[in-house]
Amino acid sequence: MTLTDPAPVTTHIAPGEPLLSVRDLRVWFELRRFGLGVAGYVRAVDDVSFDLYEGEAIAIVGESGCGKSSLMRTILGLNRPREGRIIFDGRDISRFTREELRWYRTRVGYVQQDPYGALPPFMTVRSILEEPLIVAGVKNRQARIERIRKAMQEVKMTPVDDFLGKFPHQLSGGQQQRIVIARAILLEPRLLVADEPVSMLDASVRVEILTLLRQLQQDHRLSVIYITHDLSTVRYFSERIFVMYAGKIVEKGPVDEILERPKHPYTWALLAATPEPDPRNAHMFREVPPGEPPSLITPPPGCRFHPRCAKIIQGVCEVKVPPEKEVTPNHLVQCWLYDPDVSPDPPDM
Amino acid sequence: MMKNEHVLHVEDLYLYFVTKKGIVQAVDGVSFSLPRNSATVILGESGCGKSSLARAILRLLPRNVHTYTGKIALDGQNVMALDEDTFRDQIRWVRISMVPQAAMNALNPVLRVGDQVAEPAMVHLGVTKEEGWEMARRMFRYVGVPEGFLNRYPFELSGGMRQRVAIAMALVTSPSLIILDEPTSALDVLTQANIMNTLKRIKQETGTSYILITHDIATSSDLAEYVAVMYAGQIVEMNNAANFFSQPLHPYSQKLMASVPRLHGKQTLEFIPGRPPSLLSPPSGCRFASRCPLRFDKCDQDPPTFHLNGSIVKCWLYEHEGTLTTPASETIQPEE
Repeated sequence: MTLTDPAPVTTHIAPGEPLLSVRDLRVWFELRRFGLGVAGYVRAVDDVSFDLYEGEAIAIVGESGCGKSSLMRTILGLNRPREGRIIFDGRDISRFTREELRWYRTRVGYVQQDPYGALPPFMTVRSILEEPLIVAGVKNRQARIERIRKAMQEVKMTPVDDFLGKFPHQLSGGQQQRIVIARAILLEPRLLVADEPVSMLDASVRVEILTLLRQLQQDHRLSVIYITHDLSTVRYFSERIFVMYAGKIVEKGPVDEILERPKHPYTWALLAATPEPDPRNAHMFREVPPGEPPSLITPPPGCRFHPRCAKIIQGVCEVKVPPEKEVTPNHLVQCWLYDPDVSPDPPDM
Repeated sequence: MMKNEHVLHVEDLYLYFVTKKGIVQAVDGVSFSLPRNSATVILGESGCGKSSLARAILRLLPRNVHTYTGKIALDGQNVMALDEDTFRDQIRWVRISMVPQAAMNALNPVLRVGDQVAEPAMVHLGVTKEEGWEMARRMFRYVGVPEGFLNRYPFELSGGMRQRVAIAMALVTSPSLIILDEPTSALDVLTQANIMNTLKRIKQETGTSYILITHDIATSSDLAEYVAVMYAGQIVEMNNAANFFSQPLHPYSQKLMASVPRLHGKQTLEFIPGRPPSLLSPPSGCRFASRCPLRFDKCDQDPPTFHLNGSIVKCWLYEHEGTLTTPASETIQPEE
């Protein structure tokens, strides 16, 4: 396949097969000591598996340092996995050659967290958007301009001519993020990875950008991985939620299931800490699990949440890693509380 | 008597800056009062002048100030009348302190955090280094940082711990008012809940008052007893939290509330089309008129501030319900 071709719509996947399939993924980073070789590993992603279907949006929720960004970077092809496979469109991306990676990067769009940091300050909107097209081998200048116009219209930066000559600092935060999104969808990707796309924006602009992303996703049947630490926005933007803690996905399920019937004690803690605008909040204290997330160099044995968990089952949780249990259809949780042999009477939040 | 009721009283505060493009009217005729031992949230989008308001109260002004007038009374004392030296000696960090935006990244990387927390006490209260460290130790206990961390450097602490250190720096002189500028915006949700708990406990235990500056409505409800909404340099609504979060008055406040994502429930999110006006040349009428769904003829004129059941709103819709005169109490009554 040559890169000069317009993006082909053909697919290697059969109907009902996932677009992206992550299997037993481990992303570890070496800790080097001078002269002593490898002293240990940062286990940023440890045994993660999931499927993402065409046209589906999933949210990966977790605190900073939980490994969600390492997972994202590995899916983008920026980190190499230590173990496991990432199958995109029927092909394993960790075995890609340079040329294949270039093709892969036209199929995957990336929306960065901080729009101002993601846009080069010395380039105009036009040159920012033209660059990916040049890299992808679109030789005809007129064709490039046409595609830029189309992408700008899709992100509602109109009239287009008013913005083409501007530099990033001349745009508002919301407009900058629209340009980042335009750049991500320019090559008509099938998968969009959005890393906290609205966390740097004002409340009202946040809604504007989330609405825009949702619309683009539905118009183009894009698959989206939405990475966030804010549970309150996921309902508006995804079908499924994956909750990540210390390198593992501890709970996954449909949005309503997770928000209304959460199972993992860590998910309970996240939900209890997420505020809703209610004047009664000022008169109560929130329950927060003690301590901080563990080191990923020496994660605790057994369940990684056990040192902070109020529901710990002594003799089990700190010894054995909990298996993944399906509590209701498509709702999976890694917690001993839902193993009938260990805990015959599973609790509710 | 006001002296007992209010910790802070601001009247007709103006702060304009000179820039190459013209005069920026960052704070444009702001008046409000803060009851003692209360927490007031100033809500607004970026560029609405909320951080400038904080700097105007603390008189932390850049060089390009064009106009800085109005009345700021702290515990009944007019602090605008003080000269710069007296203000620095007696007011700033002694009676009003601040946790600036992104404070956790503003700590000095080459000084131990204990030194940094002790410094305001040594400079402003004239205590010795040993006394300063003793006070810092006490503050660390207060904000929930282990005492052993006094000897650490900022890079050895997590974001949440650094934010607590910044709060300890603001607390160490026992001020009667602390201005918190986006104190949790860069933190994870569990850390944020922790910091909010800490702030609430400090308020109960020390009797201090807070001004919380933020654009995050949901998080602000964790602390808010009163809410002031700022738009384009002006306060367009001030209300107690119970009224504000259930029935905001100003159309802008209503739109803001409709943009807050909720964990539960099915309501669709709304956003406000358009952008706030430029503070270089704000419109002569109501500044929100061009984005307001309820706009009518009268909105071409600048609306006065109407008082209504103890709330304040700057909108012509309340011309007939509200009154222009200031009620006797001059403050918003908390809901019983």
